[in-house]
Amino acid sequence: MTTEAIHEDLNEAHDDHDHGDHKPTGFLDRWLFTTNHKDIGTLYLVFSLTMFMIGGAMAMIIRAELFMPGLQLVEPDFFNQMTTMHALIMVFGAVMPAWVGFANWLVPMMIGAPDMALPRMNNWSFWILPFAFTMLLSTLFMDSGGPAAGWTLYPPLVLQTGSSFAFVVFAVHMMGVSSIMGSINIIATIFNMRAPGMRLLRMPMFVWTWLITAFLLIAVMPVLAGAVTMLLTDHFFSTNFFNAAGGGDPVMFQHIFWFFGHPEVYIMILPAFGVVSEILPTFSRKPLFGYGSMVYATATIAFLSFIVWAHHMFTVGMPLQAELFFMYATMLISVPTGVKVFNWVATMWQGSMTFETPMLFAIGFVVLFTIGGLSGLMLAITAADFQYHDTYFVVAHFHYVLVPGAVFALMAATYYWLPKFTGNMYSEKWGKIHFWSSAIFVNVLFFPQHYLGLAGMPRRIPDYSPQFADFNMISSIGGFAFGATQLIFVGIVWHCAFRSKVRATPEVWEGSRGLEWTLDSPPAYHSFNTPPEVTCNALSRAD
Amino acid sequence: MDLKQKNRKTVRRLTLVAVGMFGFGFALWPLYSVLCEVTGLGGRAIQVEQNNSEAVASDRVVSIRFDASVNSSLSWDFKAKEKVSEFNLGVPSTAYYVATNPGSDAVTGQATYNVTPPEASLYFVKTECFCFTEQKLEANESKDMPVYFYIKPDLPEHIKDITLSYTFYRHGYDPSDRMANH
Repeated sequence: MTTEAIHEDLNEAHDDHDHGDHKPTGFLDRWLFTTNHKDIGTLYLVFSLTMFMIGGAMAMIIRAELFMPGLQLVEPDFFNQMTTMHALIMVFGAVMPAWVGFANWLVPMMIGAPDMALPRMNNWSFWILPFAFTMLLSTLFMDSGGPAAGWTLYPPLVLQTGSSFAFVVFAVHMMGVSSIMGSINIIATIFNMRAPGMRLLRMPMFVWTWLITAFLLIAVMPVLAGAVTMLLTDHFFSTNFFNAAGGGDPVMFQHIFWFFGHPEVYIMILPAFGVVSEILPTFSRKPLFGYGSMVYATATIAFLSFIVWAHHMFTVGMPLQAELFFMYATMLISVPTGVKVFNWVATMWQGSMTFETPMLFAIGFVVLFTIGGLSGLMLAITAADFQYHDTYFVVAHFHYVLVPGAVFALMAATYYWLPKFTGNMYSEKWGKIHFWSSAIFVNVLFFPQHYLGLAGMPRRIPDYSPQFADFNMISSIGGFAFGATQLIFVGIVWHCAFRSKVRATPEVWEGSRGLEWTLDSPPAYHSFNTPPEVTCNALSRAD
Repeated sequence: MDLKQKNRKTVRRLTLVAVGMFGFGFALWPLYSVLCEVTGLGGRAIQVEQNNSEAVASDRVVSIRFDASVNSSLSWDFKAKEKVSEFNLGVPSTAYYVATNPGSDAVTGQATYNVTPPEASLYFVKTECFCFTEQKLEANESKDMPVYFYIKPDLPEHIKDITLSYTFYRHGYDPSDRMANH
């Protein structure tokens, strides 16, 4: 394909505005009708930060109720609505859209493309989300209340949600449609729009991890859509997919849900792996160690994610052979994950490291994510899982991989690329304050929950036995402090975007490699109108 | 091929994958049922026969535990007459449950069943069971509920104990009605 062809096509896609740096004027034209990958990326990121704050506020309510034994602040049913909504909002509203936002900003710039492959669909993918989450959040104000059966939506409990359940199901459908369209767009962009010379195995790791994530999304979001559709008809149209009395099987829902749910876990963490693989080489001033093995490890993790789902449901009464299969398959995942962790450590080995905020968050990710990974190995041991199942140990485990895992990687990505996006440097002093208080309080918040779980405290319970009081109080104090710390983050982002006087250079960082750093900071509204020449030297890997 | 065509092709293929996976989600339901029927997983692969033609008596004995429970949608008393008994393989046998409706209204119930270990359900043959049909109990009525069954003589050697479990539901019970009823 000739380069002229790409540009003619893109001109057609962008027939509402011309080349160069001309932005549409007027608020609605600029944001509601935008087809520009940078604008849509910004919309996604602002949306997910908003959802992060809303989901975080719910977490504060949960931790406040759990501050002491007994029921103090909220009714048990509302507490359960909070745990359910907190999870749905953080998973589908905060982490996933944030990664799509970074993909929108970065994938075209990293592969030397002028925009996403399908700019109009891109607009639609984003603008579905505010409606989906308005619907989901509105259930909290309905007579029958929001969903309260946990984000896993297990029947028969979830079927006892009142008529607001229909809103939950349609909201999940819309989130799924948005994710699938976003993924199709990312895959089409990566497959069809790379600059000449940007071979697949030269792509930056963030692009690779997102490519694999996008395939996971297309494979499993429709399965979730099917599962919630079956719940919907069970609830409103008297089908009996999951109703034991009518010949259905509630355990089957768990199988279908986790067939989606386990790949979903990797959907949230694979882009984080990509981000860390971009940041560590920059601040170690060394190429990424083991680029090829990173790509294959990512693909292996993605493949294995499809055959381990039943480790979420060891206690439903499976035959021994199945328990053993899912145990060994799950433990197998620690091999490619271990490859990644060792590669990251080897990347830093003997590098001339400096510790700017993105690097701090990336190193924090490597250390704390690994703790979450190790507790995951403990949970994979099927015999031990019978003790850990549905306790705070599980809560501690997945919060370690999601908060100091996925969320820290998102923070790292923000500090790393925000100067590129805005053209201004953030405040390094406040960035460091943000990192250190986040890193300390996230451990105060979640580490005691391991002990609570091992001592037998069940999850999703608003009240607990007095023996758990001390650790819960410590955890809640950590939670409030961690929550307050994130307000600093909002302040830093706002300051960087609108107030900072320090201009960023095109390279931003001394050791940065990759096509996005060859553009100005901020990049022109339409970048790479002429495809760049891809040289090995410009990329972060050595080959 | 120009970029537009290429993108269209990619979109078409990926959309097909997404639609296919949506179908696969639903297909998991019959797939799962077939898997359970073939392997006995879930413990519901009990065979049903109208007569005992295949029953060949054997000296081997297994112990069968009869378990009974009632779903919260029903306020019956329901238990096995004998909790544990020993049975010769291949011998047509009968076990009795008793259900009592302590309420002041007639209620119809329907029982579901399950065998543990699940593998044993492949060798568990029922010729007649109260769980095959719905059961109506008048106010304060008590009724014997028999199960006619035999165990196939080729039951694997390692299975020494079998549990047969029943759960009674109110007939037509729908968990989503709970909000309306309470």
